[in-house]
Amino acid sequence: MNHTDKTPVVARRRDNNMAESNNQSAETKLSEVQKRIKAAFETFDNAANNTVDVREIGTIIYSLGCFPSQADLHDFIAEVEEDHSGYIHLDSFLPAMTKVLLEHKFPPIPKDLLLQAFEVLDKDNKGYLEPEELTKYMTQEGEPFTQEEMDEMLTALADHERNVVYYKDLISQLAIDPDM
Amino acid sequence: MGCGMGKSELQAALLIQRWYRQYVARLEMRRRCTWNIFQSIEYAGEQDQIKLYNFFGFLMDHFTPASSERNLISHIFRENEICRDIEWERYFCYKSIEVPESYTGPHLTFPMTFCGVSKLVEAFKHKQLHARYVLQILGETWRLLRILPNINYVSVCHNQEITICGDLHGHLEDLLLIFYKNGLPSSEKPYVFNGDFVDRGKNSLEILLILFGFLLVYPNDVHLNRGNHEDHIVNLRYGFTKEVLGKYRVHGKKILKLLQKIFSWLPLATVIDHKVLIVHGGISDMTDLNLSWSLEDELKRRRRLAGFDQSYGEMNKSESDSDSDTDISIQIVDLLWSDPMPQNGCIPNEVRGGGCYWGPDITEEVLERHNLQLLIRSHECKQDGYEFCHNRRVLTIFSASNYYEVGSNRGAYIRMGPDLVPHFIQYQASRTSRELTLTQSVGWTERSALRALREQLFVHKSDLISAFQEFDPNNTGMISLRHWASATETVLNLGLPWRVLRPQLVNSTKYGMVDYQQWIRELSITEPKLEISDTSILETMYKNHSNLETIFRIIDTDHSGSISFEEFRQTWKLLSSHLKTEISDEAIADLAQSIDFNKDGSIDINEFMEAFRLVDLSAHT
Repeated sequence: MNHTDKTPVVARRRDNNMAESNNQSAETKLSEVQKRIKAAFETFDNAANNTVDVREIGTIIYSLGCFPSQADLHDFIAEVEEDHSGYIHLDSFLPAMTKVLLEHKFPPIPKDLLLQAFEVLDKDNKGYLEPEELTKYMTQEGEPFTQEEMDEMLTALADHERNVVYYKDLISQLAIDPDM
Repeated sequence: MGCGMGKSELQAALLIQRWYRQYVARLEMRRRCTWNIFQSIEYAGEQDQIKLYNFFGFLMDHFTPASSERNLISHIFRENEICRDIEWERYFCYKSIEVPESYTGPHLTFPMTFCGVSKLVEAFKHKQLHARYVLQILGETWRLLRILPNINYVSVCHNQEITICGDLHGHLEDLLLIFYKNGLPSSEKPYVFNGDFVDRGKNSLEILLILFGFLLVYPNDVHLNRGNHEDHIVNLRYGFTKEVLGKYRVHGKKILKLLQKIFSWLPLATVIDHKVLIVHGGISDMTDLNLSWSLEDELKRRRRLAGFDQSYGEMNKSESDSDSDTDISIQIVDLLWSDPMPQNGCIPNEVRGGGCYWGPDITEEVLERHNLQLLIRSHECKQDGYEFCHNRRVLTIFSASNYYEVGSNRGAYIRMGPDLVPHFIQYQASRTSRELTLTQSVGWTERSALRALREQLFVHKSDLISAFQEFDPNNTGMISLRHWASATETVLNLGLPWRVLRPQLVNSTKYGMVDYQQWIRELSITEPKLEISDTSILETMYKNHSNLETIFRIIDTDHSGSISFEEFRQTWKLLSSHLKTEISDEAIADLAQSIDFNKDGSIDINEFMEAFRLVDLSAHT
């Protein structure tokens, strides 16, 4: 977790102005965060009326650099959706999402942890996973993929010639883009 | 199998799933942004077009007798003598056209047969049909359409299914794909084609000839609805006119004239079993299929006004115009141009410039009133080829895959049996798009959209710099990202999320500030090396590329492909009126001199447009 908003108490006592500029940067930070959220939201706001189909909320949250699980997403949606209308309004989304971002609620997965996860599944320590192996785990464990998600994953990740998944390369290739 | 998994496998799987879903979502966000770019540029172009015609209409209404503009406008809009159909038939007669020995394309016999049309479908993969046969098919089609009603009423037999296709826009590969997957039209295999057969793609004419061929062979089983692009003035801008003139240098004008008539006679809608309405654009609060259509002759005359061509001239002339006459014209425009919206109500469609936006309450009301259960329409590109809205009472079907760019979207068609439940078949033409991974396809489309966007930015650079300077009163040359986004949106007015796009459009920022002059320079769009003293005319040229081409082609009434200096000068005068900017005579003369490539005193339109086509230097093609 980052604690960039806090400065050492000693420094604060030395310079009163520092306290003010800290508050200012907190405000600016808040407004920056909210602008990012609005921009992402607007991409899916087809009718330009500040509402978004609830099925797109996951994509929006992910694109803001968060890594919620499906269960996390369900909980979030339950909080912000009104009356199962199928739509979510910016007025409910903005405060909830701001909180998520400021509190770093769904932080990114560190690369070494991801590598370990793949190595756990690669029982024979081959350095790659066969499509059948990966399919077994992804579609039957945890928060399973649908057949469509699985097909897409294999098309995207499997090496074209050998048809296996070289996970070490992938982890570095598909590294997170710094969003905005 | 799940019970055998240990805890660590479970945790690992959860982690990987979470990671992968995030990756896919980021791609989806990029794809959606790209889509928005294409769509807003497309609709801005359509809106531009309508503004141009409104301007012409304004001129028509407000001319002064001595005005030279008036002469030009009436020259443009003069219908070549009001002829009777018999005289037109003589003009379009194909009989005098000889087919030479050297012709290797298909030979057609009439009346058309199923074999003849299938031969045509095959042949179009590599060959072009001779002008004689083109005129013959078109002539027969025109004769047939004149006796068809405005609305096709169709019923689905108990052991049959009907196939419904959306926009094709000259994409022959998509039509061939549909025929391959679904079979050719016949009395056992009825089809409805829901408009927009032409423009944008490069095989619009071949598609028309195939569809007309099948229409002639199976007039009771093949149904064509008119789209907003079945309109000769829209064709001037969006490529169909150019395609025909390019493929048929001698007979192109005749073919275009005949097509103009055919388009205006195309039916406006198809109704299946009195329950499913199929129309190209949509409906509005004025849609009434029962009342007005009974005036057959009146309506047939009105159908020709569905485009924006003669509407001004004719509408103003007839004094006997009652409200119902105008209502019918408006209804037709609404049927061909409207789009659905999520909110209730009915408002003018300002984005397209024609038709309206209609809401779910209008859908319910119109469907109820006519005792219908479903509205199928097209007109809007959809990523998966189809999309429901308005509580699944409205269905959009779009059949041109890769519409914006390779990999941008799938096409789809509908099959429907007597139960009237739609089933969808999706596809994507072109071998390469299937082999691309998700990442590659998103990347490709994205690069293309960004190119298009950079072009738009480039043509507006003067306005952008002015807008940026307003935020930079001390002339530091730098502005904040926030101001950059705000100024860009004000100038371009495309409704795009500039902050999200920023990383792909602005290479470097210092402490959150943009050096805007440098940024404009870095847009790397080349300009032609012409000796022109007044560079502002160049910028006007780039900004109004499409408008200019449209006006040129309108002026070139005999479709010869070139216009005189005087006509060229008048075009610019007209454009400067429309844009309310000053363009001096010297600047125009200068421009004309420099682009008279053949030095023969006339200007070849194609050469002129080519010289000013923007080329993106940063393209990695």
